[in-house]
Amino acid sequence: MATIELRQVEKKFGDLHAVKPLDLTIHDGEFVVLLGPSGCGKTTTLRMISGLETVTSGEIYLDERKVTWLNPNERDIAFVFQLFALYPHLTVRQNIAFPLQAQGESRETIDERVSEVVDLLQIRRLLNARPSKLSGGDQQRVALGRALVRRPEAFLMDEPLGALDADFRESMRAEIKRLHIDQHATTVYVTHDQVEAMAMGDRIVVMSEAEIQQVGSSNEVYYDPANVFVANFIGSPGMNLVSGSYSDGIIHMPGADNRYPVPNNWWAPLGEALQNSGDVIVGFRPESAEIVEDGTLAGNVYTVDLYGAYSMLAVNMNEQDIIHIRGDRLIHYPIGTQIRFDIDPQMVRFFDPVTEKTIKREAIQ
Amino acid sequence: MSDLELKNITKNFPDVKALNDVSFDVKDGEFFVLLGHTGAGKTTTLRVVAGLTNQDEGTVFFNGESVNDLAPADRDVAFVFQQYSLYPTMSVYDNLAFPLRSPLRKLSEEEIRRQVDFVAEKLHIDHLLDRKTAHLSGGEMQRVSLGRAMVRQPRIFLMDEPLSNLDAKLREELRVELQHLQKTEGSTTLFVTHDQIEALTMADRIAVLNEGSIVQIGTPEDIYDRPNTIFVAQLVGTPRINLVETNREDSTVFIKNSTLHLPIPQGWEPPDSFVLGIRPEDVLPDREGEFTGELTLTEPLGVETVLHITSGEQTLISLVPGMTDLQIGENVKFDIAQDRLYCFNMDGKSLTC
Repeated sequence: MATIELRQVEKKFGDLHAVKPLDLTIHDGEFVVLLGPSGCGKTTTLRMISGLETVTSGEIYLDERKVTWLNPNERDIAFVFQLFALYPHLTVRQNIAFPLQAQGESRETIDERVSEVVDLLQIRRLLNARPSKLSGGDQQRVALGRALVRRPEAFLMDEPLGALDADFRESMRAEIKRLHIDQHATTVYVTHDQVEAMAMGDRIVVMSEAEIQQVGSSNEVYYDPANVFVANFIGSPGMNLVSGSYSDGIIHMPGADNRYPVPNNWWAPLGEALQNSGDVIVGFRPESAEIVEDGTLAGNVYTVDLYGAYSMLAVNMNEQDIIHIRGDRLIHYPIGTQIRFDIDPQMVRFFDPVTEKTIKREAIQ
Repeated sequence: MSDLELKNITKNFPDVKALNDVSFDVKDGEFFVLLGHTGAGKTTTLRVVAGLTNQDEGTVFFNGESVNDLAPADRDVAFVFQQYSLYPTMSVYDNLAFPLRSPLRKLSEEEIRRQVDFVAEKLHIDHLLDRKTAHLSGGEMQRVSLGRAMVRQPRIFLMDEPLSNLDAKLREELRVELQHLQKTEGSTTLFVTHDQIEALTMADRIAVLNEGSIVQIGTPEDIYDRPNTIFVAQLVGTPRINLVETNREDSTVFIKNSTLHLPIPQGWEPPDSFVLGIRPEDVLPDREGEFTGELTLTEPLGVETVLHITSGEQTLISLVPGMTDLQIGENVKFDIAQDRLYCFNMDGKSLTC
């Protein structure tokens, strides 16, 4: 399999920067997800790796072989678009064999490889069926089989589940990941869906405005976002981000009497980053706050949502600042009532309001 | 505001029965959601209420009076669409003022200004009043569309997937605003969506539509906790509910194609074969658990982790809070919350056991 390396790869369309120069190494056998909102540069990056798009500058290496200016078919990479592009007049066997026939492989090789793939995907019983007779899920499996049968150096997938309804997405998501665990083919996967990215990626490359914002595991981007963008983009709802001003171990937050006592271990790093006092953004996840009678912070219930197994409260600390806190679905919180809460000291994060970058606590670790 | 009732509404299109004997009522001030897949008949229902589509049979009542003979303009309802329908060359202010400037209303510009300002402030678009709508973001445009519906102070709001064109973050934000407004203003709203999270989070009550028929009406809790069919059980909740076929022998339930079995929950009298439903949050990994399976996949979602636990040919999905230390390939012990199980017959009907 393959290592993919991007060195200072850049793409401009006229004056517009679709991708600003970026460095990224995708290791052999790794499943890397490019995640971001539409227009962030993720698909352009993928297309440059595939060769469907030329680079404006920079180099791309596949196993240390420079492929920057090779045609797509010379790169030995399988590109999977939305998964269900099958030939309706061919059987499942013919659909899967098609890429090998096109490459002029021998009959024995074709039979052997098709056989291998259908066992892997557990679709042997479907070999003689036509795609129109298959369920949606089986059609996806066949499409996946057609990509797998080529044994490419790497898979590039551009929102392959985008057109599926929610239920299918969930099960195909698991199936693709299971296949990856089995096969360990280097995979680069593009999506705008943060849940999909988190569920599937060994590492996630979060992109916004033509730049990489953070590269990390699901847990890293969720618990230790590099900046305000990642904190808000990952999670549903995103991380609560509340502006306040810091001095002497206390952050004054919006709302009449919201004085947040900063955990001791943050005093030194905050003091250093803010030169002892100044504006700061406090970040915490909805599940990292707990509603308690004598909580140090307060707000008013704005709305209450049932989220299946629990409820989610939107709480306004003042007119502008609405935060989310997880609640007990069995407790009724009338709109407008005051609740008090505490933030788990282990789970609180801080951001610089000017650079929007996270303030690190290396000093205390 | 007012209440709304649909009684035995049927609508046929040339090739298809769009609505089949649909009846429900929306109470004054209620947020009522129609939930279903594409083609279920949700939008047709809205259009019948608005008078944009004529039903073949049945009656629509506003405040107990039939409106079957009223033209759309006389029904005094406000429709909010998925696609924002704004005048691109007009300012936000003029877009909002437009319905108020109708000659029928005979309002002074001063009064119009007062009403527009009031609504703009509620929707947090007061800083945009002078902008042309063509220059707004999708979220801002949909706020203006909502505002234009609100200034009319209609009897009923009809909303057809108003959030589904927005990206995830804006959708969340506007959902909260919409909910807060609806609750504090007490406006009667009939809201259509295919998104189960939107339905569960926003609705006072939900009607689930499938192929033109209503399959269940209830509060979000009813729909989630007491689905009357497998169809409804699968429609709500992510990840989806686990559904496994079982055989009963005496007082033990055997899950087919696996080594899992459990005692019949108290009070149940299931048939010999039935479908057992288990919500993922009710599959609970525990070192002392009485069931065992192999962990075949983990999906870390940040706030929680999805575990795939396999026994024989059955895989149960488990949803656990936070991160997990469990490794793929490991044997895991788990419990099943036996007071939260669902029981369906082989035709998918709840046996409410």
